[in-house]
Amino acid sequence: MTLAAWMILVPFMGGVACLLLRGRAVAWVGLAASAATAWTCLPLLRHVWHSGPVRIDLGGWAAPLGIGLYLDGLGAMFLLLTAIVGLLVGVYALAFFGRGREYARMEPYFWPVWLVLWGGLNGVYLSVDVFNVYVLLEMVGLGAVGLTVLSGTNDSLVAGLRYLLATMFGSLIYLLGVALLYAQTGHLDIFLLADAVDGSLPVLVAFGLMTGGLLIKAALLPFHFWLPPAHAGAPAPVSAILSGMVTKASFFLLLRIWFVVFPDVTAPVAGQLLGVLGAAAVLWGSLQAVRQTRLKLLVAYSTVGQLGYLFFLFALLTPAGGEAWSEGWASMAWTGTVFHVFSHGLAKAALFMAAGCLVLAMGTDELAAMRDIAGRLPVVTFTLGVAGVSLMGLPPSVGFVAKWMLLKASLASGQWWWAVVIAMGGLLTAAYVFKILSFTFVPVGGHDANARPKAGPKAGRNVDQGANEHQGPKNSGVPELRPVPALMTLAALTLAALCVLFGFRAEEVIALLLRDMGLEPPFDAVLIGNIGGDRP
Amino acid sequence: MTTFLVYSLTAALLAGLGVHGLITRRHLLRQIMALNVIAGGVFLLLISTAYRNQGDFADPVPQAMVLTGIVVAISSTAFALALLRRIYVAQGQAQDEAQDEAQGQAQMDAQANDVSTPRDESTP
Repeated sequence: MTLAAWMILVPFMGGVACLLLRGRAVAWVGLAASAATAWTCLPLLRHVWHSGPVRIDLGGWAAPLGIGLYLDGLGAMFLLLTAIVGLLVGVYALAFFGRGREYARMEPYFWPVWLVLWGGLNGVYLSVDVFNVYVLLEMVGLGAVGLTVLSGTNDSLVAGLRYLLATMFGSLIYLLGVALLYAQTGHLDIFLLADAVDGSLPVLVAFGLMTGGLLIKAALLPFHFWLPPAHAGAPAPVSAILSGMVTKASFFLLLRIWFVVFPDVTAPVAGQLLGVLGAAAVLWGSLQAVRQTRLKLLVAYSTVGQLGYLFFLFALLTPAGGEAWSEGWASMAWTGTVFHVFSHGLAKAALFMAAGCLVLAMGTDELAAMRDIAGRLPVVTFTLGVAGVSLMGLPPSVGFVAKWMLLKASLASGQWWWAVVIAMGGLLTAAYVFKILSFTFVPVGGHDANARPKAGPKAGRNVDQGANEHQGPKNSGVPELRPVPALMTLAALTLAALCVLFGFRAEEVIALLLRDMGLEPPFDAVLIGNIGGDRP
Repeated sequence: MTTFLVYSLTAALLAGLGVHGLITRRHLLRQIMALNVIAGGVFLLLISTAYRNQGDFADPVPQAMVLTGIVVAISSTAFALALLRRIYVAQGQAQDEAQDEAQGQAQMDAQANDVSTPRDESTP
C-alpha cells in the first residue's frame, strides 16, 4: 500500500508545480492536484475498510531505524474529511480568486501554500513517529499562518504573527516533551513508545508537555486567543481551511498520544481537567459568538465553542484507566467525538464559505447590513441554515448523531454534568445561528422599528447595540448586491448537503472506527435503532 | 550522569527563561527572541540526551533531530521577522491616517515605534 505515501507526495508535488507556474494555470494545476489527492484517498479508505489498519515502513527500513506510516480507521476518517473539504474549498477558491485584480494577486500564493499545508495534514494523520509529527505540525503551522496573512491587510498581519508565535510556542513545548520521552525510552515510534512508557517522572512530564503544546495549537479555551482574529481576518476559503481542518490536526495527535502512547499513564484528574476546559470553551465561545456583530467573527468564535465538545472524550474515557474501554459507552463516546470532528469540519467550512459569498455580495460582514439577504440570495441563506442545523445538532444531520452519542455516553458513564453542558451549548449554538438567520430575513427599506424586535428576543440587548452602532448612512438605503459566482455558492451548498447526508451513513463509520480500537460494538442494535438508521 | 544532569538543567533553565520572556514581554520582536531562547533550551536537551548512556559513541538520532529542529526554527523565525517587518511598514504608513480602532492599534503602533529605535541606531 504505497498509496499512503502518495497521499503526502501528491499535494507536495502539486504545491511545487504551482510555485513554478504563472497566471491562471496555477489555479487549474492546484485544483487538479487537489482532485488527485482526494482520488488517492478513496482506494486507501477502501483498503482500510476491507483489511484493517495499514502499516508501511518507508524505504524498507523497519521501525527503530526507519520512519513508518500507519493508517487506521481513525486516520482514514480524518483523511477523508480533509479530502472532501479540501476538494470543495479548491473549487470555491477557483471562483473566489478568479474574480478581480485584488484577489488575483493572492492566487499564486494561495495554491502552493495550501497544497503544502494539505500534504502536512495528511502526513500528520499518517505518521507514527513523534518527531516527524513535530516537523509536519510546524509545516502545517507555517502554511496556516502564510494563508492567514494572504490578504496583507494590517489586521490580518497582526493576527497572523500572533498565530505564528502561538503555534511556534506550542510546537516547541511539544518538542521538549518529545526530547524528554526520547531521553527516557530511546524510542520515537508511537507503538514502540507505547510498550516502553512507565510511570516515571520524566515520562509524566513529557506527557504533560506534549499535551500542553498540542492544546495551544488546538486552541482550547485559555489558549484560544489567537484563533478568532486569525480565522475571521483571512479570506473566505482560508477561513474554511483553518477552521475546518487545521484545528483538527492537533486534536488528532492528542487522541493518538492519550490513547495509543500513554493509555496507562493518563490520570483521571487530567482527563477531567481537559473536560472542564472543554466545557468552559463550549459555554464561553458560544456566548462570545452570540455577542458578535460581525458575521465572520461570530463564526470564528463558534469554532472556539465547538472545539470544546471534542475534549469531553478525555474526561469520559480516562476515569477507570483501561477498564473504561470495555464499557459500551466508551465506543459511543469515541465515535461521537469523531462524528463531531466530521460534522464541525463540514459545517464550519460551509458556514465560512457561505459567509464569504455574503461578504462578497454585500462588501461588508456586518450582521446589521444583511437586509433581506434571504430574499435576494436564497441559496446562500439556505446553506447558512443547513450548516447551522448541523452545528446545533438537529436531526438528521451528522451533528445530531455526534451530539446524541456524546449525550448518551456521558449519561451512561455516570458523568451527567457533561450532558448539561452539551445541552446548554446546543441552545447557545441555536441562539447564534438564529441570530444570523434573523438578520437575513429583515426586509429592505429601513424599517428599523420592525427590524429590531425580530432580532431582539433571540440575542438580547447586544444585538440592539450592535445594530445601533452600525446604522451609519451606508446601511440606511437598500444596499446593492454584487453578483456571486455560482461555483462558490454551489461548493458551499454541497458541503452543507454533505453534513446532512453523512448523518444517514453513520453505521459504516462506526464500524470503521471501532474495529481498529479493538472495540466490538455491543450496543449497535440499540444505538443504530435510536439514531434512525433503517437497518438493525 | 552528572554531565547529562548539568546539560539538562541548563536546558530547563533556558526554556524557562524563554517562557518567562514570552509571557512578560509585550514587544513582538522580543517575543520572537524569547521563542528562540526556548528553542535553544530544547535543542540543548536533545543534544545532551545523545550522551545519556555514556557509551563509546554518541547517539546519532538526537543530533539528527536537532539539525532538523534548527532548520524548522530558522525558517519560522525568518517568517516571523518578515511578518513583523511588514507590520512595521504598514503601521508606519497607517499612522498618517486617523485610526478609529482604539486599543490594539495604538498598542501595535507603540510597538512598531519601539522596533524603529534599534534599527535607526544600527543603520548609520
